Amino acid sequence: MTGKGKAALLVAASLMAGTLQAATLDEVKQRGVLKCGVNSGLPGFSNPDDKGVWKGLDVDLCRGIAAAVFNDDGKVQYIPLNAKERLTALQSGEIDVLSRNTTWTSSRDTELGVNFAGINYYDGQGFLINKSLGVSSAKELDGAAICIQSGTTTELNVADYFRRNGIGYSAVVFDTSEQTVQGLEAGRCDVLTSDLSQLYALRIKLSKPDEAVALPEVISKEPLGPSVRQGDDQWFNIVKWTHFAMVNAEELGLTKDNVDGMKSSENPDVRRLLGLEADFGKGMGLDKDWAYRIIKLVGNYGEIFDANVGQDSPLKIERGLNALWTEGGLQYAPPVR
Amino acid sequence: MSSPVKPSAPPVKFWRDPAKRALLFQLVLLCAVAAFIAFIVNNTLNNLSTRGITTGFGFLDDPAGFAIAQSLIPYAETDTYGRTFVVGLLNTLLVSFLGIIGATLLGFVIGVARLSPNWLIARLASAYVELFRNIPLLLQMFFWYFAVLRTLPGPRDSLSLNDSVFLNVRGLYLPEPIPGSGFIWIWPALLLALVLAFWLVRFNHRRQDATGQRLPVWSISLGLVILLPGLTFLALGAPLEWNYPELRGFNFRGGMTIIPEFLALWLSLTVYTAAFIAEIVRSGIQAISHGQTEAAHALGIKDSLTLRLVIIPQALRVIIPPLTSQYLNLTKNSSLATAIGYPDLVSVFAGTTLNQTGQAIEVIAITMLVYLSISLAVSFFMNWFNSRMALVER
Repeated sequence: MTGKGKAALLVAASLMAGTLQAATLDEVKQRGVLKCGVNSGLPGFSNPDDKGVWKGLDVDLCRGIAAAVFNDDGKVQYIPLNAKERLTALQSGEIDVLSRNTTWTSSRDTELGVNFAGINYYDGQGFLINKSLGVSSAKELDGAAICIQSGTTTELNVADYFRRNGIGYSAVVFDTSEQTVQGLEAGRCDVLTSDLSQLYALRIKLSKPDEAVALPEVISKEPLGPSVRQGDDQWFNIVKWTHFAMVNAEELGLTKDNVDGMKSSENPDVRRLLGLEADFGKGMGLDKDWAYRIIKLVGNYGEIFDANVGQDSPLKIERGLNALWTEGGLQYAPPVR
Repeated sequence: MSSPVKPSAPPVKFWRDPAKRALLFQLVLLCAVAAFIAFIVNNTLNNLSTRGITTGFGFLDDPAGFAIAQSLIPYAETDTYGRTFVVGLLNTLLVSFLGIIGATLLGFVIGVARLSPNWLIARLASAYVELFRNIPLLLQMFFWYFAVLRTLPGPRDSLSLNDSVFLNVRGLYLPEPIPGSGFIWIWPALLLALVLAFWLVRFNHRRQDATGQRLPVWSISLGLVILLPGLTFLALGAPLEWNYPELRGFNFRGGMTIIPEFLALWLSLTVYTAAFIAEIVRSGIQAISHGQTEAAHALGIKDSLTLRLVIIPQALRVIIPPLTSQYLNLTKNSSLATAIGYPDLVSVFAGTTLNQTGQAIEVIAITMLVYLSISLAVSFFMNWFNSRMALVER
């Protein structure tokens, strides 16, 4: 084949981005930076602070992966995506991992070429409404105008819920959650519906947060978690175990501050997680202290929860379902062994 | 004596014959392009299947499950993705069509006003053009939507007219006509009136050619078109009821609703495109030699008739081709709807449907095909219109 012919084929191949069996880990290492798709602005989950540094629960997962791969949690390029763009960005290889409050559903998991690598936030959908309307239950919302973000499971759930209850509504659909808040404030809609975690986060963006109240109904299950492209099991494992390492660390009492001291621990679970006994990183193509790096640089699950959305944050969300299984919650990680 | 056989030229090798050679090259190129396309399609399908992404158009039959704020045909959440496509398409066509009408009317008025001898009117018209064509359309949409329409009062403090028309931040609420039995006879009456008016215009032409006299044909036609259906309506006992909007619970129920997203999009498209059309109209009029005006005046034709019968018909020949481009632009610009939440094709189909199904390639292909078809249809119609209006040499 001539040089020109090869070039033409290369161009053709790159039109449909990526090669067939991409080893994402090698690509990321070669590039020297992890491309992480995040929400374009959701306090507590991913939001740039006043210095332009990305902060949040979903952002910390990206930092965890970077810590495991590079031993440097700063080697992340954050790519803000809205709900409509996120899955296409992952499919097309624009990002290595999507860590952006995305609900795990069967169709996304099986039809879109996406693998969900765990659940870092158990959520459910609710309604935010102005106190002055005097509504105390979602069942009283017959005929209300509802602000929704387009391309979300939320949009589908709200239709199901109103149909199930035999009441009507009119949908006001916007591209970003920011716009839905503006719609609520301007009175374009009576109610804003979204995942509860988002409602808390969006409420503090209102000019008078105290005048808005969340209705008691939770109308759906919203398991939120990171996802990767199908067809690269090694990379899938790295993302999955980054989350599990954080949860295991919390269960074992390892924190950012005490992880160095805990190296002398006699507890075999701790020793295995920190890579002091046997090597559980090699199966993923990582160094054996991969989990140590995550804990040292980012922290355990409880720490990042409290700092971003829990008691140490403006959102003050209870652990609830997101407590460890040992505390009556759902966060449960398989053991390292 | 002549040689019986002409010495035939030695047969040219086909690769030396420029015509055949050109054909050959074109064939080779065509094959290469076809192979390239086949390769891309094959590669894409391969990649999609190795990545576990479902392909095909089967998703169009699946239930959509989401609501759409405005639809011209009945639509419920249980309808299919195929139907969301039709809903989005009709919404795009509606706003483009009304936008084209609004922009044309406004553009003609401003364009003519810019040439007005009245200093104030001319300056106001040029200020309009310079202001609106130099501000990006998206900003204008945000202006109308966020700065103007969002300042309207809430549903409980609506501005109301006669307690039947209401305006608030949720939109414009109008009484909806409900035709009763017998209303259907209005349509034949209207058709008859139109046929009569058409005949009258032709009769008037012939009469003017023969006798030089003119009837006030416009007022007669207008009277016909209004009176005939109107009298039928009364004769049938006014079989029409109105469904008035009423504030119940959170919102107005009943009547017709024009959503603010539509108003904002329509206003911005109209105002923005009108600025360009005004310039086209002005250049069209200025392309006509001033001698034409002077000649018409010399014949004693008054100003308004000069403009209508002499200048505009000639100017149209200059105006129509660039006008076509503006119509196409307006149609394509309507896809910015997604920025303010108007449920057009891009927002409903290339946005929400794409996202819920994940069928990016299929959905984008369909959407591109639709815009291409709309543009070609507009262009085809305008070219036909242009050839009708073009100078007929006699």
